[in-house]
Amino acid sequence: MADTQESPAGGAPPPGGGAAPPDNGWRKEYWKENLRLMVVLLVVWFVVSFGAGILFVEQLNEVVIAGFPLGFWFAQQGSIYTFILLILIYALRMDKLDDEYGVSERNDDGSRA
Amino acid sequence: MSDIQTWALVFVAASFALYIFIAWRSRVRETKGFFVAEQNIPAVANGAAVAADWMSAASFISMAGLIAFLGSDGSIYLMGWTGGYVLLALLLAPYLRKWGKFTVPEFVGDRFSETVRSVSAVVAIIVSFTYVVGQMAGGGIVFSRFLQVEQAAGVAIAAAVIFAYAVFGGMKGITWTQVAQYTVLIVAYLIPAWAVAHTMTGFPVPQVSFGEILAELNRIGAEFGLPVYTEAFTARPQIDVFLVTMSLMIGTAGLPHVIIRFYTTKTVRGARYSALWALIFIGMLYTTAPAVGAFTKLNLLTGVQGAAVDALPSWVQNWMATGLVTVGDGVQTIGSVSNNPDSGADLIINNDILVLASPEIAGLPAPIVGLVAAGGLAAAMSTAAGLLLVISSSASHDLYFRYVDHNASEARRLLVSRIAMGVAVLVAIYFGINPPAFVAQVVAFAFGLAASTFFPILLLGIFWKRANAVGAVSGMLAGLVFTATYMIYTLPVFGTQANDHILGVSPEGIGTIGAVVNLVVTVTVSLLTRPPSHEVQEMVENIRYPAAERRTGVPSA
Repeated sequence: MADTQESPAGGAPPPGGGAAPPDNGWRKEYWKENLRLMVVLLVVWFVVSFGAGILFVEQLNEVVIAGFPLGFWFAQQGSIYTFILLILIYALRMDKLDDEYGVSERNDDGSRA
Repeated sequence: MSDIQTWALVFVAASFALYIFIAWRSRVRETKGFFVAEQNIPAVANGAAVAADWMSAASFISMAGLIAFLGSDGSIYLMGWTGGYVLLALLLAPYLRKWGKFTVPEFVGDRFSETVRSVSAVVAIIVSFTYVVGQMAGGGIVFSRFLQVEQAAGVAIAAAVIFAYAVFGGMKGITWTQVAQYTVLIVAYLIPAWAVAHTMTGFPVPQVSFGEILAELNRIGAEFGLPVYTEAFTARPQIDVFLVTMSLMIGTAGLPHVIIRFYTTKTVRGARYSALWALIFIGMLYTTAPAVGAFTKLNLLTGVQGAAVDALPSWVQNWMATGLVTVGDGVQTIGSVSNNPDSGADLIINNDILVLASPEIAGLPAPIVGLVAAGGLAAAMSTAAGLLLVISSSASHDLYFRYVDHNASEARRLLVSRIAMGVAVLVAIYFGINPPAFVAQVVAFAFGLAASTFFPILLLGIFWKRANAVGAVSGMLAGLVFTATYMIYTLPVFGTQANDHILGVSPEGIGTIGAVVNLVVTVTVSLLTRPPSHEVQEMVENIRYPAAERRTGVPSA
C-alpha cells in the first residue's frame, strides 16, 4: 500500500537534475516528510472507511455497542469523525513542518499570514 | 392559508431578503473579485461557504430519505460525500491554492497544455450543468409543497434571487451568501432532528440516541417485509458499495465548484484549515442525517402500520397533494411501504420528502416546518450559485477570451463574465423546470464524470512531474468515454435501452474504474512521449512549498 502510493508521488527526479541546485537538499527532505505524513493518514483513511465500513462490516456488526452494530456505526458515524481528525492532524503537522523548513507564510512583521 | 404555509413564507422571505442584502454589500468591480473573491476569505468563513456550496438539495432534501430506505447501505453517501475531503485537503487544495489563479481548467492549462485546458473547460461545464439541474428541481419541490406555488414558478423565483447575487457579486457575493445559507440550512436541519430525537428517546443528541431505536426499527421493518435495517449489502452487492463510495469520494475531490472555493483563501495554510472547517460543518449534517433517516422511518412505519386509508396521519394527506406520496388503488389498510413506484406496495413514499416531512411526521409545530422549507431552499440555491460560477468562468475565462476576444479590457472581461452567468441561470431555469431524471440520479452522473476526468490528472499533475500534456489529454478522454459509455449502457434516461449491470457494478460506481482507466492511460502515454519542459517541472516544484521564498535562520519550532 505505502509503496504503491509513494512511487508515482516521490519518484521520477527531473531529468538532468537541473531543477535542484545543491543547496536545495532541504526541498527533498521537506517533500519526503510531507509524503510520509500523507501516506500514513491515507492508510488510516482507507482502513476506517473501506476496511471497517465496507470490507469487514459484517464481522464488526457482531459487536453491538449502545444499540449500534459496530460496523454499521463505523459506516454511518465513526468514519466521518475519523475524516475530521485526519484533516486536523494534517493541518497541525504541516504548520510545524512549514515552520521547521522556513516555508510557512508570514506577514512582513513575521506574524502568520 | 394554513399555519405551515404562513411560517414557510415568513422564513423563506426573510432568508431571501438577507441574501439580497449581502449581495448588494458585496458587489464587485474587478475580475479578481468576481472569480476568486479577492483571495481574502478567512478560513472559517470559507469552510462554511464550502459546506453550503457542497451540501446540495440532494444532501439536505434527499439523503436522509435515501438512507431510510437503503438502511445500512446508505453509508455510500455518508462516507462517499465526506471522505473526499480528506483527499482534497491532503492531495489537492493546498497545492492548487499555492499556484493561485482563477479556474481548474486554467491550472491544467498551465501544467499540461492549452488543449487540456479547453477539454477541461468543456467537461467542467457539462459536469456543472448536470449537477445544477438537480438543485433547481429540488428548489421547485420545496416551493410547490410549502408555498403552493407551481414548480415552474418556484424554480424561477429561486433563480431570480441567485441571479441577483451571482451576477453582481460573483464569487465574493456567492461566498458571503453561502456563509449565510450554511447557517440557515444547518439550523433548519438540526432543530427538527434534535426535537425528534428528544421526543423519541428522551436524549436530544441524535448521533448518539438513534442507536436505541435500531433494534425496534429492525423488528417493525420485518413486519412490513423490509430488509433488516442495520444489515449490510441488502440494497447493493459489496463490490458495488465499495466502488460507489470510492467514486463519490474521488468525484468530490474532483468537482470544479468545490476546488475553486479553495482558491479564495488568503494563504496555503488557509486552504488546509478551510478543508478542516468545511468537513466539520459538513459533518454536523452528515452525522445527523442517518439519525433523521432512522427516526423518521420508525415514526413513519409505526404511524401507518395497519392504518385504514381514510384514517392516515394528516402529513400523508398534505404530501399526497404533491403526488410524492401515493396510496395504491383499492387499498383498505396499509400493510407495505416502499419508495419504489413500481413495487406495488400499499403506500409509496418518495425519498425526497422524508426530511421535508419529518417535522410533520413527528408532529412538531408549524414554525419548525417553515424553517425546514427555508433550509431546503438555502441548500439548493447555495450549490446552484457555486456551479453557475464554474459554468460562467469556464465559458468566459477559459474559452471565450482565449478563442474569440484575446485583448479584452478588464471592464469588458467583467461584463462578459456577468453575461455568461446570466445565460447560465436562464439555461438552468429551463432544465430545472424540465429535469431529465430524478434529483439524486442526475447528481450521480456529475460525480462519475468528475471522478474519471479531473481527479486523476490533477493528482498526477501535482505529484508526478513526468506527467505530460499528451498523457493528460489521452487519460481524460479515455476516462470520460469509458464512464459515459457505461452510464448510457445501463441507464435508460438517454432514451437508450437499460442493460444489466456488469459484475454488479452500478452506473454510480463506474467512476472509480473510469478514474483507474484515466490514471493508467495518462501514466502509460506520458512515459511513451517526451517529458514536460523544464519550466513546467519548475512550476510543479514551486507549488509544493507554501512560502514564496524560504526564510533561513528561522529558529525551528
